[in-house]
Amino acid sequence: MLRFVIRRVALTLPTFVALMFVTFIAVRLVPGDPIEVRTGERGISPERLAQFRHELGLDRPVWQQFLDYANGLVHGDFGVSIVTKTPVLHEFLTLFPATLELSLCALLLAVVIGVPVGVLAAVKRGGVLDHAVMAVALTGYSMPIFWWGLLLIMLVSESWGLTPVSGRVDLINYYFEPVTGFMLIDSLLSDQEGAFWSAAQHLILPSIVLGTIPLAVIARMTRSSMLEVLSEDYVRTARAKGLSPLRVVGLHALRNALIPVVTVIGLQTGTLLAGAVLTEHIFAWPGVGKWLIESIARRDYPALQGGIMLISGIVIVVNLLVDLAYVAINPRIRHG
Amino acid sequence: MSFLKAKFAAAAILSVLAVPAYANTLVYCSEGSPENFTPALNTTGTSFDAARPVYNQLVEFERGTTKVVPGLAESWTVSPDGKEIVFKLRKGVKFHSGVNGFTPTRDFNADDVLFSFERQWKPDNPYFKVTGGAYDYFNDMSMPDLLKSIDKVDDYTVKFTLNEPNAPMLANLAMDFGTIHSKEYADFLLKKGTPEQFDQIPVGTGPFSFVAYQKDAVIRYKAFPAYYEGKAKIDNLVFAITPDPTARYAKVKKGECHVMIAPNPADITAMKTDPAINLLSQPGLNIAYWAFNVQKPPFDKKEVRQAFNMAIDKAAIIKDVYQGAGQAAINPIPPTIWSYNTAVKDYAYDPEKAKKMLADAGVTTPLDIDLWWMPVQRPYNPNAKRIAEMMQADLAKIGVNAKLVSYEWGEYRKRMQQGEHITGQLGWTGDNGDPDNFFFLLGCPAARQGGQNLAKWCNKEFDDLINKARVSSDLAERTKLYEQAQVIVKEEAPWFTIAHSVVYEPIRKEVVDYKVSPFGRHEFYGVELK
Repeated sequence: MLRFVIRRVALTLPTFVALMFVTFIAVRLVPGDPIEVRTGERGISPERLAQFRHELGLDRPVWQQFLDYANGLVHGDFGVSIVTKTPVLHEFLTLFPATLELSLCALLLAVVIGVPVGVLAAVKRGGVLDHAVMAVALTGYSMPIFWWGLLLIMLVSESWGLTPVSGRVDLINYYFEPVTGFMLIDSLLSDQEGAFWSAAQHLILPSIVLGTIPLAVIARMTRSSMLEVLSEDYVRTARAKGLSPLRVVGLHALRNALIPVVTVIGLQTGTLLAGAVLTEHIFAWPGVGKWLIESIARRDYPALQGGIMLISGIVIVVNLLVDLAYVAINPRIRHG
Repeated sequence: MSFLKAKFAAAAILSVLAVPAYANTLVYCSEGSPENFTPALNTTGTSFDAARPVYNQLVEFERGTTKVVPGLAESWTVSPDGKEIVFKLRKGVKFHSGVNGFTPTRDFNADDVLFSFERQWKPDNPYFKVTGGAYDYFNDMSMPDLLKSIDKVDDYTVKFTLNEPNAPMLANLAMDFGTIHSKEYADFLLKKGTPEQFDQIPVGTGPFSFVAYQKDAVIRYKAFPAYYEGKAKIDNLVFAITPDPTARYAKVKKGECHVMIAPNPADITAMKTDPAINLLSQPGLNIAYWAFNVQKPPFDKKEVRQAFNMAIDKAAIIKDVYQGAGQAAINPIPPTIWSYNTAVKDYAYDPEKAKKMLADAGVTTPLDIDLWWMPVQRPYNPNAKRIAEMMQADLAKIGVNAKLVSYEWGEYRKRMQQGEHITGQLGWTGDNGDPDNFFFLLGCPAARQGGQNLAKWCNKEFDDLINKARVSSDLAERTKLYEQAQVIVKEEAPWFTIAHSVVYEPIRKEVVDYKVSPFGRHEFYGVELK
């Protein structure tokens, strides 16, 4: 086990180095530079352009810029945003709780609905429910997030008036400073009556939108994994012993069927963080996705590089943890 | 455990310090986060809007107009040679207290004026390099060339000495980069060792004081009771940062916002009939144009340029591309700017006549040209590619094959300024409401390689007129000169003037006395909620 862990952790290091290199190069391949983007129609004199490029170190050879950047990263320095002049890590840490809160809620929704629905579909295989679940899951999987988000806003918020349109809390009636960055917690800490409920209401639509694809994936995975397990000998034995169908499915089949589902849930972290870019834009959610999009538009190299590195890093670490958890709960891998 | 305790304690303190939310809160749905709160450092409307509630300038634009009126200077006099402007400053103007513990001990005075400009101008100012120190507008408006000195005559008198007379100077000073900051606050932060806070936690003399900013989420302000023109009619002002225009509109409809920026053109029709919404509109202070490079044949001939002006169906472009959010441009300045010449008539769409004029000018068809279109959406041009395609189709009718060309936005501007194009689209958004801020685009100095005159057209008669107008402080005389200049531009046709955008601003019915700014500003002092 220890050897596996060490090997797996060691493998992430080259991934990080490759990621750093690719990000650095990709960001610079985007046409335009941060200063020219800023100047608009009025342009900038060649002298001032040269001066600013020099101040930002953009006039040095790319390899030298890369080495400096890599050196900074090793020392935990992600650089300073060209636009806001704030340390990139600080900006990321300010915004990340919002993304994390939304992603966790979306994941919770996906698991809480996806797993039971997948189980039901497997148990009732070939029935109307199975077909319906699979059709909805396929639709959910292919749903364009932007369209889905706007549709829900128009329908649920505007026409039915059930949820707020966007943002994280009612700005007219509540005001409190962020403490943890998680609005649900901060609203509780604020001690303002109704603030928590307002924050929870604001989470509903974005969680549904962001959770739709993972929900579909989890439901399909649970179904297929359950089908496989349900045909195993030990399940037949359990049935033969006269156990109730609920015990057979819930205790014997589901526990084993969930092993691959856990992996899928881990893999969805990437989807959630990537999907958050659009969801955050539509719902005015102040997370890292929205920040990255703006960094691209402004060619804010340090913010863009740092943001991609940090998000990718989180995805890599989560996947590593999932792999380790998978090994812990599935001895076949460990010994394989 | 102790970390959690500290967090809870902090929350308890903050909830005590928190500003109570009043019903009298106006929420403005803005589209993005400011870069910081010091206008001199910024170039975007989003950043200017965010700083504006907090600050004043020496002179200001009257809300909803381009007229320059007194601000922190209650009056001014210009010397007969136009080289000295002496400002008499308002007395008893208070600065806000900062949310970082700064408490002002004195009123606004001349030291604040000197500091605000010297930060942008003098490299030895301790704040010159703070937050990057780009000062694009100060430089773009040629302030370092125009200014000889700024002197404190006494605590309430400041003298600006210019290197040459310059009539648009007053309008320049009303721009956001002319914002007056507190020198006392700057010194306080310098002593504390946190000068960068100066640009993050704004302290000004404006109608609203800064309360809090959460990146990409919200900016909060509260009415400043001691504001020199009287307390604002709303108690709290909130900027709800909402990047998507459809979501912004939904928020206005639901009452989550009272005013919103930049509606989706597709929503305009619905907004017009929405009972909860007043849709305000005004022509934008901008122009989209198609420049003919007069240094390249056949555009060196006036008749060819005129023929091209007649070959394009402008009305179809306005209808198809602007979808009601634009008006045909006749002159190089928008009609909201003083000196706009209403007597100038546009070229009528007449492909037959255009064809004949080309033949008369000795142009043999088919003629191959290039037609550049910019790769980005701009306030004055929602879809340059579509316009280029429509022009291409119109030109085909007179025997001209237009090849469509584009580059990355920065590269595009650079190449156009170098004069690499034969014809190309661009535009301009006015900064200060002075006609000179538009006419310089056609002046001889800007026609140099790398300059902003994209027609590379240099007409001595036109240039003399605008130079004369720039140094005159007689408004009637300037108006006359600019009117003549517009006649020359139409006759010489270095541009095909495309359109001025129409700016729409949906506000909820309960918002009273909101005015659409020709500059695209969003200002809330004087606004009331019913």
